[in-house]
Amino acid sequence: MIALLKRDLKLAVRAGGGFGLGLAFFLIVIVLVPFGVGPDAAVLTRIAPGMLWVAALLAALLSLDRIFALDFEDGSLPLLATSPLPLEGVTLIKGVAHWVTTGLPLTLAAPVLGFLLNLEPGAYVWLFASLALGTPALSMIGAFGAALTVGVKRGGLLMSLLVLPLYVPTLIFGAEAVRRGADGLDASVPMLMVAGITLGCFALLPFAAAAALRVNLR
Amino acid sequence: MSIWEYANPKKFIATTTPLVPWLMWTSVAILCVGLTWGFFFTPDDARQGSTVKIFYLHVPSAMMAINAWIMMLIASLIWLVRRHHVSALAAKAAAPIGIVMTVMALFTGAIWGQPMWGTWWAWDPRLTSFLILFLFYLGYVALWAAIEDSDTAADLTSVLCIVGSVFAVLSRYAVNFWNQGLHQPASLSLDKEENVADVFWYPALVCIAGFVLLFVALVLMRTATEIRLRRMRALEMRMRG
Repeated sequence: MIALLKRDLKLAVRAGGGFGLGLAFFLIVIVLVPFGVGPDAAVLTRIAPGMLWVAALLAALLSLDRIFALDFEDGSLPLLATSPLPLEGVTLIKGVAHWVTTGLPLTLAAPVLGFLLNLEPGAYVWLFASLALGTPALSMIGAFGAALTVGVKRGGLLMSLLVLPLYVPTLIFGAEAVRRGADGLDASVPMLMVAGITLGCFALLPFAAAAALRVNLR
Repeated sequence: MSIWEYANPKKFIATTTPLVPWLMWTSVAILCVGLTWGFFFTPDDARQGSTVKIFYLHVPSAMMAINAWIMMLIASLIWLVRRHHVSALAAKAAAPIGIVMTVMALFTGAIWGQPMWGTWWAWDPRLTSFLILFLFYLGYVALWAAIEDSDTAADLTSVLCIVGSVFAVLSRYAVNFWNQGLHQPASLSLDKEENVADVFWYPALVCIAGFVLLFVALVLMRTATEIRLRRMRALEMRMRG
């Protein structure tokens, strides 16, 4: 499993394109927001928590189809499926690798982008923490969506349609945690909900993703 | 004699075809009675006036929107466990009906909400969870349409249906944890204390029965259509090959 994780990380970093792309997309969306709603600092402060979360979610969505599609095309996915490692383990590691290459950089970059949107000073900790807890769920749900659509030609749009409704609970509680942090309220309840969603996703979705992969590899 | 006999497509069509018109006309009759009763023979609500009458369309369609997904979940599980094609096709057939029910619930809710809450739409937990359910239906239908091999499509949509139902049920019952929403709590639970007054309750029950029958009739009809469609495709393939 460790070897597979290392291989995926190396491929993501060295094969070019995918690694920085999500981050650049995140930056662009956040830069676009003030153009769209006007540079009024008070308005930006109010919408900053939600916009940061939505932008992070879209950036994570962007790189989802790479999770299985490349391995499916070059034939390494059937090899992984016949290896001694159970397919559930493979999908779990794929989700983790996607998080390390997408969710982790997004989490680290988010506080910096918070300045651009004039985020409340008290909310930075909660923004960082809620993204750190929530983006793994996004990656794992995405791995499930990617596994469902890996056999579909140009399945990117279809996958967005399947994955986005599944993202809604994470988004609601993640953004709620930041908003409460910004208002100086206690944010522990939404944070616990985000943590619960993430743990639940990691416990259950590898099985669903593996089932979908088995069907697609038949 | 077991229920699995009806998993044979031939037997299924032979049994359900004569049933469908009966179910259909019974549901039409019941709906006529229920809606007429509800619209013309119940008093106006003290505060809501005559707008309360859209209740007889809103509540049954919302119930059926959720029940249709549960029916699809059961059919998908049967397909995954016992590999009966009719079961997979029944799930496929139910999805568009579920979409119609969801849209109907959202529309009647908006029409009801406009005079009552002063807004067509509010980001209230229950309204939002219904919109998400609608998106789940769309994704489900899109996945069926995107995959050519029918067995693969049936398997993948079944997996999606199971995962989706976890989220759909979660967002459905998450409503009970918040109480800040505009939407009122369930007014038709079996717990008699919370129910609406009997004058409104009986016609509503009649309407719900009508919607259930209508749903069953439509699903049986569409499943038979799907079976015939698949047979036709198989014949075409044989002629070409």
